[in-house]
Amino acid sequence: MSEMSWTLIKFGLVLVGLLQVVPIMLWVERRGSALMQNRLGPNRIGPLGLFHAICDTVKFIFKEDPIPSHVDRFYYLLAPIVCVIPAFMTFAVIPFASSITIDGQVINFQVADLNVGILYIFAIASLGVYGIMMAGWASNNKYALLGSVRSSAQMISYEISMALSIVGILMIYSSVKLGDIARLQGETLVQLGSVAIPKWGIFVQPLGLIIFTTAAFAETNRLPFDLPEGESEIVAGYHLEYGSMKFALFMMAEYLNMTVASAVISTLFFGGWQLLPGMQFALDALAFDGMNREWARIAFEVMSFTIKVAFFMWVFVWVRWTLPRFRYDQLMSLGWKGMLPLSLLNIVITAGLIALGVI
Amino acid sequence: MLVTRKTGFLQKGYMIEVFKGLFITMKHFFFSKKVTIQFPEERREYSNRFRGLHYIKAVNGVENCTACMLCPTVCPAECIHIVAGERDDKEKYPVKFEIDVLRCCFCGMCEEACPKDAIKLSNIYEMSIRERRVYDKDFLVEQRGSK
Amino acid sequence: MTFYIFAVIAVVFALTLIFKKNPVSSAFSLIVVFLSFAGIYAVLGAHLIAAMQIIVYTGAIMVLFIFVIMLLSADVPDLDYSRTSKTTKITALIGGLTLWGILTWMFKGAELTKTGTHTEEWITQSGGNTQVLSELLFSEYILPFELTSILLLAAIIGAVAIAKRKRGKKT
Repeated sequence: MSEMSWTLIKFGLVLVGLLQVVPIMLWVERRGSALMQNRLGPNRIGPLGLFHAICDTVKFIFKEDPIPSHVDRFYYLLAPIVCVIPAFMTFAVIPFASSITIDGQVINFQVADLNVGILYIFAIASLGVYGIMMAGWASNNKYALLGSVRSSAQMISYEISMALSIVGILMIYSSVKLGDIARLQGETLVQLGSVAIPKWGIFVQPLGLIIFTTAAFAETNRLPFDLPEGESEIVAGYHLEYGSMKFALFMMAEYLNMTVASAVISTLFFGGWQLLPGMQFALDALAFDGMNREWARIAFEVMSFTIKVAFFMWVFVWVRWTLPRFRYDQLMSLGWKGMLPLSLLNIVITAGLIALGVI
Repeated sequence: MLVTRKTGFLQKGYMIEVFKGLFITMKHFFFSKKVTIQFPEERREYSNRFRGLHYIKAVNGVENCTACMLCPTVCPAECIHIVAGERDDKEKYPVKFEIDVLRCCFCGMCEEACPKDAIKLSNIYEMSIRERRVYDKDFLVEQRGSK
Repeated sequence: MTFYIFAVIAVVFALTLIFKKNPVSSAFSLIVVFLSFAGIYAVLGAHLIAAMQIIVYTGAIMVLFIFVIMLLSADVPDLDYSRTSKTTKITALIGGLTLWGILTWMFKGAELTKTGTHTEEWITQSGGNTQVLSELLFSEYILPFELTSILLLAAIIGAVAIAKRKRGKKT
């Protein structure tokens, strides 16, 4: 098969996979929150209430979809689309398995291996804020506008510490390509007896991980940083004037951003597609040979990547139902006075350690 | 009440407290007893003193009510409407006995006021209706969920 | 071919940027112009510059622009061109034509082939755009790079100083 058709296959896989994430996460969110609050949550339709998401979708599609008369029609209709598209685009550079060689042709399991790598994610992710701003402005509503202004201020503030927090990672692996970063994390950091601790980002950049995760929460507008919305202060925030499928698109964008954030966290700090501990034994125990073995390896890599991403998606939900919200000034002071100096400190420490030759 | 909590160095760093909180929610997620009552299958047990839908007590198919008008007088929501009449044996009885349940506040004053123990409140609480409904005598005499 | 698509988009949205009466719509058009510039850079093979264009211009500067526009809610009459004086119009026209003339004159004789050691093959061989550019920045062009950062630092300090002074006056 040509390279083009492989790209199309990968593109299709990623797109279909990402679209599945949204209903599943809706279910996880509702069910998880219920269980944490000693409730049961939706459990009527389908096994464990799994099909509630389908009903929700059907409801969203068939609901009446009015456009308020006071909005700027063009930007009002454009905003949900602008929100969703960057969320899909960012997944293009994330590697979900290593490469396989078929008839001398190397196939990377990554839609596009750009040499700007992580910078591409930052570039596209920064476009997501325009959807929110557009929505807030086009709605011609003071609450919506306040929500979008809050959101843009928040996103700018946290983008800085987010970008600075991964500089340490880039320095250690000396590459911005996510494929390279994931591959280099397979190396052994320390050998403790028979247990080899891999050179995952979490072991070499623990501070970076904390800052990046916090900034990722803020970037995806999830609690405890969900200031763009807030029922008690600004009603629903930027998507106040939106209903039915247009509102669903905003929800989709939120969950897709979460997916991308979890994928980036697991790629940068948890080895990406590197096999989880124990999986190597399982792979050896299966004892395939030749091409089958290669495909089994790919399957295991995709599986461990999915497990890692799923875990971080769960962390997003988990934190949402645990922590109370920040007040807006607390949010800003945490971003500028707490996380920005910490991420700079992280760079300095990392640079020192590299200069000393520790890492 | 203003509670002043000590915020030490560790609390200001957020992280340890965050992990404590995460641990607590996880404990609830796995181990806590869920309080949900799954309604159509399970029902909440109410006490016998629960004041639900009204009924009129009847003995041998004849309602106890003598249309003394105490209950509409005492009713704070003015939801009971009685038209009194006379039976063949010169006994007073309600020709019409209607309760507008949408107005009713289920205070139970009618039950207390009634000298003949005729109007009573059952423990039926499923009263969702789609249109305004006034319960008439025939409906009320039927003894459903009587105590 | 792709270049022309991006070029046409850029020109069309640059025109809407000027002719739209609403400042926020103008700002959104400017974003599209920047995005198509990034597209042109990517077509030329300069992926890093394209990413930087999006991060810096669309991702940061334009967000601040729109932020300020939304906060100040710029009055529409300010953008009414009929109130501009004739002298300004004529000066602007002459200035624009002169600039256009100078640019045409400058690029008339320019060759379209790439010159110098940094050919496309050489870049791919030595590890891609990002690596080559960063190595050059930290070796050959270290002085201009550091000077630029000092300039930016001065700008930051200046901004902080201005903000502080104003707050002091208010209270």
